Amino acid sequence: MGKYYDILMQDVRMREGLSSCMNCGVCTGVCPSAEFYHYDPRQIVSIVQSRDDEAIEEILRSEALWYCGECMSCRPRCPRGNTPGYVIQALRKLSQSEGFFVESEKGRQQLAIKRVIGGSILGEGFCIYPRLVSPELHPEQGPVWKWILENDRDIYGQFTPVYRTGGEGALRKVDEETMGELHRIFEVSGGKEFFERIEEHSERKAREMGYDGAGDDYFMDVYTSNNGSHTQQ
Amino acid sequence: MKGASWKEYQKDIADDGYFYVRSCIRQNFFPGSEKAFLSILRNDLGKDIGEDLKHTSCTGIGYHTDIVPLETIMTVVARQFALMGEAGYENLTSSCITSFGIYTEMLETWHEFPETEERTREYLYKATGREFKKPKNVAHTSDVIYKHREEIAAKSKVRLVNAMTGEPLQVVEHIGCHYAKLFPKKGVGGSEFPYVLAGMIESWGGQVLDYPERRHCCGFGFRNYLVQANRGFSIANSQKKLESMSRYRPDFIVTNCPGCAMFLDKWQYTIAEMEGSIYGQDGKGIPVLTYEEMAGLVLGYDPWALGMQMHQVAVEPLLDKLGIDYDPAAKYLGRNGKYMGVPDQGAVNMNCTSQPYMRTL
Repeated sequence: MGKYYDILMQDVRMREGLSSCMNCGVCTGVCPSAEFYHYDPRQIVSIVQSRDDEAIEEILRSEALWYCGECMSCRPRCPRGNTPGYVIQALRKLSQSEGFFVESEKGRQQLAIKRVIGGSILGEGFCIYPRLVSPELHPEQGPVWKWILENDRDIYGQFTPVYRTGGEGALRKVDEETMGELHRIFEVSGGKEFFERIEEHSERKAREMGYDGAGDDYFMDVYTSNNGSHTQQ
Repeated sequence: MKGASWKEYQKDIADDGYFYVRSCIRQNFFPGSEKAFLSILRNDLGKDIGEDLKHTSCTGIGYHTDIVPLETIMTVVARQFALMGEAGYENLTSSCITSFGIYTEMLETWHEFPETEERTREYLYKATGREFKKPKNVAHTSDVIYKHREEIAAKSKVRLVNAMTGEPLQVVEHIGCHYAKLFPKKGVGGSEFPYVLAGMIESWGGQVLDYPERRHCCGFGFRNYLVQANRGFSIANSQKKLESMSRYRPDFIVTNCPGCAMFLDKWQYTIAEMEGSIYGQDGKGIPVLTYEEMAGLVLGYDPWALGMQMHQVAVEPLLDKLGIDYDPAAKYLGRNGKYMGVPDQGAVNMNCTSQPYMRTL
């Protein structure tokens, strides 16, 4: 009893985000995710507060853990000064460290995010770059965005002199020395190891699901699969 | 009592000498806004603002999708502060709302849990050999424009009024969640009554619209947009806002978060294609502006120099209302005046893109 709670309380976001929840449900009332998904942050906070290892592990393996959009609308509204969004962040960290995230459809998506956003951070120095938002994977971006990508050098060239090249300005190619520092920060602070952990657990789960490892087919599965059971009707 | 509590939410914003950190999202979708912000600060307001080409993403999107650990983003943030100090600045201004929330959160965490600051200093030194001082002042770039709004008003060439009727334009202001919901006292007006955009609108002649879902999230929800399987969340939240505001007939939307501007613009296209719903007046979409674009128009900048051709929802109906003299054909000219053709028609930019160009051929 309390093993997971003790681990969670090592995360400063838990100490800041959960002191004494009285289960009033204001967080759920204001939560955009609770309106859309089968999701109740009040219940999650209540379970964590119970320190019941079995119940907490159930959350760590659940779909519900992954519904929060981290808008933090809950934070200014809680009458006790708690932040359910911080509790979710700490739970997600633990779910990935322990490998439980691959047991839910929404949790398995962490591999796609790691490869797309994580790949962009460690490859480009920015979370996104124009060609990452390809019309094939982002049809919702519409025809103007497609036109921009077809003419990217001419359009971006109006606003930045360094588009995809070196120098000061927007959308520059980040120099090698800076990228080296960024990589070393990830190594020293545990970011690289965390990325590797996501890959390892995903590889295991992909094989369990019948894939030949966590390659492109598994990636597209986790990026696009939606079993239709997540949302409010 | 009311006056006293309002005073609590008036944040201190540095007057000059800013270290500028770019936004991953804004530079991708609104590069003209970043260029305009620097131009307004340097050329119109005569302020000192500098950047360092060695700065990177704060990794905030990675942090809020839970792939980047807290310890890692803290160290990345510390590196930005180190660059700021090395460049001779003490005040930081961030183009991105997510980043603004991140910088504020890390500073507050270091304050509440000093051991995390010590650990960050060790990590940064070990990884880069750098050391840092914390900024004296952290402001979002919309705070900076807000602070100088009366000076901009004094230099204005365009007012936010209907040029035909003289009536103030009706403006929806949308504040990015991480501007003030994380740390209400770090935002002008706090999380309940944020005034950072409303102040600009009022100073420049427009009228702020109130509507039921004014403080609802735009629907980004980080992992809920980034993963294709989750995008229903994102579009549903944007739709909720658009439906709520549309009955009040806004002339345009302005946001201080680049992600919100992009979603409220692009989802109007998607909803129109999916369901045929169009939320603006006269069968057109509601133009969505960044506050840099709004400030730029007020100061007389050309809309295409501001990058407004990159919006999905055409802005020409708004430019016409404002009485702005613009060249419709120049919308499709790229660097060195090269004609780039026109985008395919979509439901919300129909009748606003190709025809003006064709008229001038």
